[in-house]
Amino acid sequence: KTLRHFYYQMMLQMQDPSTGVKGTDQKLNITIIPHVITGQDIVAWITKNMNIDNDEAQAFGTMLVAFGYIYPLQDHKKLVLRPDGSLNRFQTPYFWPVQKWKAEDTDYGIYLAKRNIRKKGVLDAYEQEEYNKLHKWMNHKWDFIVMQAKEQYHAGKARQKADRVVFDCQERAYWIVHRPPPQTHSAMDYGLDRHIDPNVEEIIYTQQAVMRSRVKSSVSLGALAKYITTFKNHDPFLIPCLPSNPWHTDDDSYWELNAPDVEIPTKMRVERWSFSFYELLNDPRGRADFKIFLKKEFSGENLAFWEAAEELKWGTAASMSEKAEQIFKTFLAPGAPRWINIDGRTMGLTVKGLEHPHRYVLDGAQTHIFMLMKKDTFYRYLKSPVYKEIQKKAISPAQLQQNMRNRRPSIDPIITWQKEQEEKAKAAAAAGPVDIKKLMASKLDRK
Amino acid sequence: MCDQTFLAITFGPCDNCSQNKPLMNIYLKNEPINYCSLCVELMACQGLAKGETIHTLKTESETLKAKLEEERAKLHDVELHQVAEKIEALGQFVMKTRRTLKGHGNKVLCMDWCRDKRRIVSSSQDGKVIVWDAYTTNKEHAVTMPCTWVMACAYAPSGCAVACGGLDNKCSVYPLSLDKNENLAAKKKSVAMHTNYLSSCSFTNSDMQILTSSGDGTCALWDVESGQLLQSFHGHSADVLSLNLAPSETGNTFVSGGCDKKANVWDMRSGQNVQSFETHESDINCVKYYPSGDAFATGSDDATCRLYDLRADREVAIYSKESIIFGASSVDFSLSGRLLFAGYNDYTINVWDVLKGTRVAILFGHENRVSSVRVSPDGTAFCSGSWDSTLRVSVRFRFSGESDLRNILYSMVLLFTGIRDYRW
Repeated sequence: KTLRHFYYQMMLQMQDPSTGVKGTDQKLNITIIPHVITGQDIVAWITKNMNIDNDEAQAFGTMLVAFGYIYPLQDHKKLVLRPDGSLNRFQTPYFWPVQKWKAEDTDYGIYLAKRNIRKKGVLDAYEQEEYNKLHKWMNHKWDFIVMQAKEQYHAGKARQKADRVVFDCQERAYWIVHRPPPQTHSAMDYGLDRHIDPNVEEIIYTQQAVMRSRVKSSVSLGALAKYITTFKNHDPFLIPCLPSNPWHTDDDSYWELNAPDVEIPTKMRVERWSFSFYELLNDPRGRADFKIFLKKEFSGENLAFWEAAEELKWGTAASMSEKAEQIFKTFLAPGAPRWINIDGRTMGLTVKGLEHPHRYVLDGAQTHIFMLMKKDTFYRYLKSPVYKEIQKKAISPAQLQQNMRNRRPSIDPIITWQKEQEEKAKAAAAAGPVDIKKLMASKLDRK
Repeated sequence: MCDQTFLAITFGPCDNCSQNKPLMNIYLKNEPINYCSLCVELMACQGLAKGETIHTLKTESETLKAKLEEERAKLHDVELHQVAEKIEALGQFVMKTRRTLKGHGNKVLCMDWCRDKRRIVSSSQDGKVIVWDAYTTNKEHAVTMPCTWVMACAYAPSGCAVACGGLDNKCSVYPLSLDKNENLAAKKKSVAMHTNYLSSCSFTNSDMQILTSSGDGTCALWDVESGQLLQSFHGHSADVLSLNLAPSETGNTFVSGGCDKKANVWDMRSGQNVQSFETHESDINCVKYYPSGDAFATGSDDATCRLYDLRADREVAIYSKESIIFGASSVDFSLSGRLLFAGYNDYTINVWDVLKGTRVAILFGHENRVSSVRVSPDGTAFCSGSWDSTLRVSVRFRFSGESDLRNILYSMVLLFTGIRDYRW
């Protein structure tokens, strides 16, 4: 990003041998660290060359440390610039924060493993915790990480001691910036404790926000209320859905009647298509009915284009250029089989954009076609015989249920006749004399 | 129907660098210009180098923010409850749990419905992701993730795959198969890579793209097949906990909420933060669009749920009660948008009347925090997932053919005796 470009220029100027910050060689144990600069010298240079006051310069200097362009040699865990004799060094460009190289967990793992190899127990508590965490969730890569760590360790040993010490300081500083210890503020830190400075980007954002067009509350809230009123009867939590809520009665007829590819939709469903063009398109059955209407009007290419543009937008990255070419050939090229009628300017922009297709290249044209359908074709559909026909055909589960309830089966005439015969026989037997032979015979039968 | 205001994004040559890029339409000294985002930043840096002190920047920023509030207030001519005056009030509702899905061994962290209106995918702390047919309560698929705390899961629009992720910092897609014995983990596809935990994921209008939000403070749009990062969204200053795609015909925006108490609306095409709202007093746990796409609701740790109107550009309602002191973890709207279901950390689910701001129902029954609440795609039921390791599918309880008086009496009895778990 260009803020980094700015810092890059700054760093070059600061390290200029004649006009930059004056550095000295500092002795550390038995090695000599070259190009060491003091905090006060840095602040002084910034004050002079950026023409700002001392406080600003210190804050800016701290930003440089927080980003990792300068690192402190003493008290290295605190990423601040102290305006005193404390020692610092410029970080090597290899470790500058650059967009293309993210501080990967793998690299951090290798770094910690390498330090572990060099000397056991050298890791701080928070580093040991991180190491354990990484070991756990990167376990499948751990062999690779240990191998890399060993390679780096051996390569380091081959260097001169002074170089090695300097490199170790630089690498340590880099990781303090990108994996800050607890209670350290680093510019790479995204946590809640992150120091938020009012930056110019925020100002521009707020500027745009002020300029944005707004709607009166009465209008937008009215629209929200209207939506609720429109959909009230379709909300199963407000009005029971018919024939019944499957979760309630364990009867899934409601889902069967409203299946995506059902031939005859329900009346409620057809009513819902009239609420908005979005509702019509979103329901596959509605969209199918709309297509029937478009076919009769010989204007199916608009919807076909819109669908193709949707497929481009939401499709896989690999299929992008192929799809774009297909769409151009079918809808946009002069003399195309399904040529869509859009204004010259949009057509021009779209065709030009198709030279380097990306997934949103058809946005302008798609919006134009969509608005055309929404504001014109949709309303004609609602008044058309196609829609009126489906409204008539549509079934009403309530009516079905009602009708079913009213129809009761009657008793079968055979049973009525059999009953009548039994009654007759009983009456006859009760009236006449008793036949003993018949009585004995029936008793034997029973035995 | 109300006209949708959608962002006409311009692609074209930048007024500065002449490259073809998504353009920001900004005002410089009251002149409208079209700069690409890179040139805007360059210009911003030049502003800094010219000697603007941090103090002047701060005052400028504050003045502008005050101006923004002023502009918003100018159009604030009516309150939501005033608009709702003419609309009939809802009575008290009673909700009834009709299915309890048991099978997770540990806290259920997330769930999502399939478009077929009856299948559900759920994920839990022990790394298990289960696909259920909630209607029959059968488990259809089960996968064990290599990490614990699977905080995000989503069903693909086709119903042929699920996506999930959590502490592994990734979002993986598992294609589902009709063969019950097939090992789903074999076909797993790693799609998203973040530098911190995955808090939420969602497919867009197709199976080919996934939108993710992460603890690293960013959201990102990914191509499923190649794992390529298509767009990243920077603007939150802390963990992003939740995201939701707009249900509009243009389908180009989404809203995200995070630990920085901000809810941001983004344009998916350019990666730009289009609108931002910061009125909550604590982390925003969940964001959900109103069915028309013109507003969205949030649930937060400050124990309130709030409604934000996108066209009026402000917060329009707060759903809270003195007796509710625990954070809301998850929210969702009913089909018409009249009801807002919210799951809380005090084990309850409160149902709010969106227009009037009153509570119309309270559902007990879970034995631990409610982590996720979602209404089914056709609005017939809602499912709640909880730390008590169960999922419950609940509907509105109605007596068939009974009079309203009986209904009211029954609900009053239940509310006042505080029967916590009524299984009918």
